[in-house]
Amino acid sequence: MEKRSHKRYELCFALLTALLLLLTFCNINSGSVHLSVPQVFQIIVQKTGEQTAYNIVWEIRLPRILAAIILGGALSVSGFLLQTFFNNPIAGPFVLGISSGAKLVVSLVMIFLLSRGYAAGSQILILAAFLGAMISMGFILLVSKKVKGMSMLVISGVMIGYICSAITDFVVTFADDSNIVNLHNWSLGSFSGMSWDNIRVMAVVIFVTLTITFFLSKPMGAYQLGEVYARSMGVNIRAFRVQLILLSSVLSACVTAFAGPISFVGIAVPHLIKSMFKTAKPILIIPACFLGGAVFCLFCDMIARTVFAPTELSISSVTAVFGAPVVIFALCTKAARRS
Amino acid sequence: MSDFYIHTDNLTVGYSGVPLIRDISIGLNRGEILTIIGPNGAGKSTILKSITRQLAALNGTVFLDGSDMKTLSDRALSKKMSVVMTERIHPELMTCEDVVAMGRYPYTGRLGILSDHDREVVHASMEMVHALELRDCDFTQISDGQRQRVLLAKAICQEPQIIILDEPTSFLDIRHKLELLTLLKQMVREKRLAIVMSLHELDLAQKISDIVVCVHGDRIEKYGTPEEIFTSDYVEKLYGMTMGSYNTDFGCLEMEAPKGAPEVFVIGGGGSGIPVYRRLARQGIPFAAGVLHTNDIDYEVAKALAVQVVAEKAYTPIAEETFQRAAKIAQQCREVICCAKEFGEMNEKNRELALRFTATCG
Repeated sequence: MEKRSHKRYELCFALLTALLLLLTFCNINSGSVHLSVPQVFQIIVQKTGEQTAYNIVWEIRLPRILAAIILGGALSVSGFLLQTFFNNPIAGPFVLGISSGAKLVVSLVMIFLLSRGYAAGSQILILAAFLGAMISMGFILLVSKKVKGMSMLVISGVMIGYICSAITDFVVTFADDSNIVNLHNWSLGSFSGMSWDNIRVMAVVIFVTLTITFFLSKPMGAYQLGEVYARSMGVNIRAFRVQLILLSSVLSACVTAFAGPISFVGIAVPHLIKSMFKTAKPILIIPACFLGGAVFCLFCDMIARTVFAPTELSISSVTAVFGAPVVIFALCTKAARRS
Repeated sequence: MSDFYIHTDNLTVGYSGVPLIRDISIGLNRGEILTIIGPNGAGKSTILKSITRQLAALNGTVFLDGSDMKTLSDRALSKKMSVVMTERIHPELMTCEDVVAMGRYPYTGRLGILSDHDREVVHASMEMVHALELRDCDFTQISDGQRQRVLLAKAICQEPQIIILDEPTSFLDIRHKLELLTLLKQMVREKRLAIVMSLHELDLAQKISDIVVCVHGDRIEKYGTPEEIFTSDYVEKLYGMTMGSYNTDFGCLEMEAPKGAPEVFVIGGGGSGIPVYRRLARQGIPFAAGVLHTNDIDYEVAKALAVQVVAEKAYTPIAEETFQRAAKIAQQCREVICCAKEFGEMNEKNRELALRFTATCG
């Protein structure tokens, strides 16, 4: 048994890594400007080539790919943390309104700063998003104390999401600035327009957060047996819950700050990964979720860019198309399992 | 102050500052089983939650192995004490082996990776509860009996000195109840464990426990050996029973007896009367039973179910006076049934009674 499951894990990791490489390759080579494979290869490896092509690869495509990898991974790990926390397979930063809360505060901050003639830097955006995420999270935690049952919790989250989106729309409508166009694009969700500076900040924040998360995998495993057993095995439940909340909020806040709210990745990817690995052991699922989220977002972003090129779809509409059915499927199998 | 392995000193437990049970002072040694009994909602689980530190004690202290439990670190406590609670758990995609292995939590390193020794303990624990064949099964897909065994294996795997179980036998059928309790007995013997648990089944509590604690109202009403606790009067009082009765010798419950003037007279003895008593009681027909010696097995059941029992002192032949009393009652009944098959010196008069009132006998 031990041998067999180890084989499976290795195989799954290999498959995910292969997919990641393949999709990275496809993404670099696709776009509205056609570049041949040798051309791209030359630009990346030798850092030489025709200036426009060089810029397209280095300033547009590569940052975008990295953003999709880092943010997609972060989003799905964040979803996995929330699912563990609420013991609810359909919890995720988007359905619980956490992304929308982050979006609201980010919009407010952006508009406020723009109206004073400043552009908001990445650090400020992350802080704003984190604040928004924590506000939504606070509401959800309050609600989760009152209501029992996974559907009620999700419904409350969706409601909080709607309220936040409504306020965001309201604010955006009445804010007069040409930059609102930008804001509007961002508020739909997109991996475009990333600078290397952005990438550096998100890489640091998310790498640090993920490392801490990885070291929480032991208590997370115990927590999957329920609070009572976790405590009886020596987990400090209160500290653990606070850490889980903070980490998942940082992850989803960081994603929202840079790419706007992206739907369903947080639920669909952990579910797919868990069914693929046939386990929910955090020590395996956390890194696997990161890889899976990266693959899923690269794939969706490629579709968003290429299917109706040169018109670009918002990333959320693509992730919803692929993610929502997975969520419905997850719900059905869960219901069947529990009955 | 005491050499108990675990003992509580004037412990008061309750929720959100409201005391539910006060001044609990109980103690237990290793190698013993303590069972908490009491009516529903009496606070059995609350006591267990306070002893396991799931719930903060409102007052008083729990001492474990000589030290105040409040001063123990989470990890130190988890190496001494493990629990099996009633809450149903639905861990996602965990095999039974994964669940049991989680018991190694206090012993594994930062990332919780199992060593070879840990794996051996997991294997041995599953073997002990006869759950090895379940190792690869999904924990949510197994039966209630299997689940309790796996959770018990997890508790053992933690290598504790004391295990706390909250109603471990609920949801289990009689076979699995007995299996589980036999396992507990075996563990207590082999590993010198202390076990504290709550049970609903009084008969089982009476048989398995070394010490019984009765929770009633806001206090521990009785605390002692099963022999001290289990008297019919006390059990009926503890549970506030208003209908039927509880027989502590047999550990069995009897339904409320039909009331009214006896319509049937049953001549029994040596166990022959019991099926007839039960049928009459079931059909709601009031009956009288006689003549029974007080050491007859029929006597115990008749006492619970018959309107009137005509009894004779043990080891004494039925006296003329007793016979007359029985005959008088039988006279007023519309039917007399004789179930007794054997007659001898002691119950010779029962044959006479049967011959007088029925055509068939013996």
